[in-house]
Amino acid sequence: MTAVQTRPQTTEIDIRPPASRPRRTVFDWLLLAGAVLGALIVLFPLILLLLNSFKTPDDYNNGGPLQLPSHLSFHGLTTFWNRVDFPLKLWNSIFISGMVAVLGVLVSLFNAYGLGIGRVRGRLPLLLVFLLANMLPQEALLYPLYNLFKSVGLYDTQWSVIIIFTVIQSAFGTYLLSSVYSSFPRELLEAAAIDGAGRWRTLWRVVVPVSWQTLSVLLIFFFIWTWNEFLIPVTFLISNDKQTVPLAVASLQGDRLMDVTTTSASALLGLIPTLIFFLIFQRTLTRGVTAGAVK
Amino acid sequence: MPKLRSRSRSRSSTLASGAGYWWYLVPGFVLVMAIIVVPLGQNIYYSFTFYRGIRPPEWVGLQNWQHLMHDDKFWQSFENSIAMIIAMVVVPTLVGLLIASVLFDLVGKKFGGKVASFLRATYYIPQIIPVVVAAIVVGWIARPQDGALNEMLGAVGLDGAQRNWLGDPTWALPTIMAVLIWVQLGYPVVVFMAALQRVDPELYEAAELDGANWWNRFRAITLAVIRPEIFVVTLTCTIAALKVFAPVYALTRGGPGTSTIVPSYYSYSEFFQSQQVGYGATISTALTVVIILVATVFLIAQRRVERQEEQR
Repeated sequence: MTAVQTRPQTTEIDIRPPASRPRRTVFDWLLLAGAVLGALIVLFPLILLLLNSFKTPDDYNNGGPLQLPSHLSFHGLTTFWNRVDFPLKLWNSIFISGMVAVLGVLVSLFNAYGLGIGRVRGRLPLLLVFLLANMLPQEALLYPLYNLFKSVGLYDTQWSVIIIFTVIQSAFGTYLLSSVYSSFPRELLEAAAIDGAGRWRTLWRVVVPVSWQTLSVLLIFFFIWTWNEFLIPVTFLISNDKQTVPLAVASLQGDRLMDVTTTSASALLGLIPTLIFFLIFQRTLTRGVTAGAVK
Repeated sequence: MPKLRSRSRSRSSTLASGAGYWWYLVPGFVLVMAIIVVPLGQNIYYSFTFYRGIRPPEWVGLQNWQHLMHDDKFWQSFENSIAMIIAMVVVPTLVGLLIASVLFDLVGKKFGGKVASFLRATYYIPQIIPVVVAAIVVGWIARPQDGALNEMLGAVGLDGAQRNWLGDPTWALPTIMAVLIWVQLGYPVVVFMAALQRVDPELYEAAELDGANWWNRFRAITLAVIRPEIFVVTLTCTIAALKVFAPVYALTRGGPGTSTIVPSYYSYSEFFQSQQVGYGATISTALTVVIILVATVFLIAQRRVERQEEQR
């Protein structure tokens, strides 16, 4: 997903209701209408998709794209579902993104423990490497990685994608967590040391619980970023039964099977999982970053 | 004073002595070397070789780089990157700024925070859709014969405006730009709305009393306060715009002709379609250099602005 990776900024918004509601002028209502209209334009492609995924191609051609379906048809949805074995693709995406999220957070945690709390020597050049890893276009690594994974026999396995994204995501995680941990309360670390806890115990008993908010935000973002990735999965997952949801949707474009409503249904199925994910985690996503005192 | 110093020394011997922490960096260090640093070095090496993927690379010096300088397709791909920057940085930042301030200043204050956060979530939705799926949604709307866009144009009598959007060399690039604007808009809206909370309402009231109009207040107060976020958004989105791949792959494969070619798709097609690995590596190395340059210039500019601000 490549392109449009967003990084979690402070997504927390807390719009407190005003003590006394000010008077609303005509101009206010006009601006509100403008904001609502803008939101409707953003939603419009999705509304079109929803309307037309439950039509037959004939129904679409007779009534046009703006008409409600004359009867509910699951033709497009079931055709796509069966053709790509959708549950398998769903499982592949969950497995790859879940592994990357857990491993990526673990690697970020260890790195940031050493760099942010341990303040090891030479941490600045190291941080620069992680920052660079985060900015690089994936094309600049693609062919060497292709050779590497072919030579170790992991090409066309999900582990190739899991390993690559564990590193790419943890590069961002290391950068972010290190800056959080560099202002970690020293008193807590001292207290743990006085209690006789070693570094390993301090990490799990003190550092992880205190920064759990930030870690869980990273976990969620790593999951969704990996889910949405395209270039590396499309290069490394050749076999049909190893592919992820976005690849399944993209791979059938231009297939003669894909009539107008099946294409619409394929896109709808492709975006439903992330939409559900967004609805479940919206609060965590928006609450987490500031609550974890991330700057 | 001496007392304090001795305490901090004993603290550093138990807690912050670097040596024991090195072990925690071993897994991350090994991984980043194997997956990032060494492959990046290999890719740079390939750019000086003739390499078609089967026989080992042959050193050819600067040949690929010389070819790159005279390759119209390469320069076209960077011209199209500017279109991607307009679609992913310029339009979303400006429109996002407008939407964020309307939602925060007006909708949030006069119509309630619930309405504002609901609208914000709506603008954000396309951000969480896989980009390739978002591209396919827009591609589906812009289908050549029976696409929703053409059907709607026909329905309002604009038959003349119907066209094969993605198959038309003048319209394919704007269609891809539409995908990116749609996807990207929500990001600045969310970031700027969070930033606007730092604006002190009393400053606004004071400026109002001084007779400053909305535009002056916006420029002197709002923009000044949220400038760090504007820097972050424009930097991250510019880098993302230079890396655009999936919409081009899914919708046009760089065509028709070279009208939608972008650097990342060009290097991908050199790697895996033309089997010109050496040249593909040259394109991707050039892209890497451009990205690092852009990031460096941004960070220097930001540092300079901050320093001026401190001196004031």
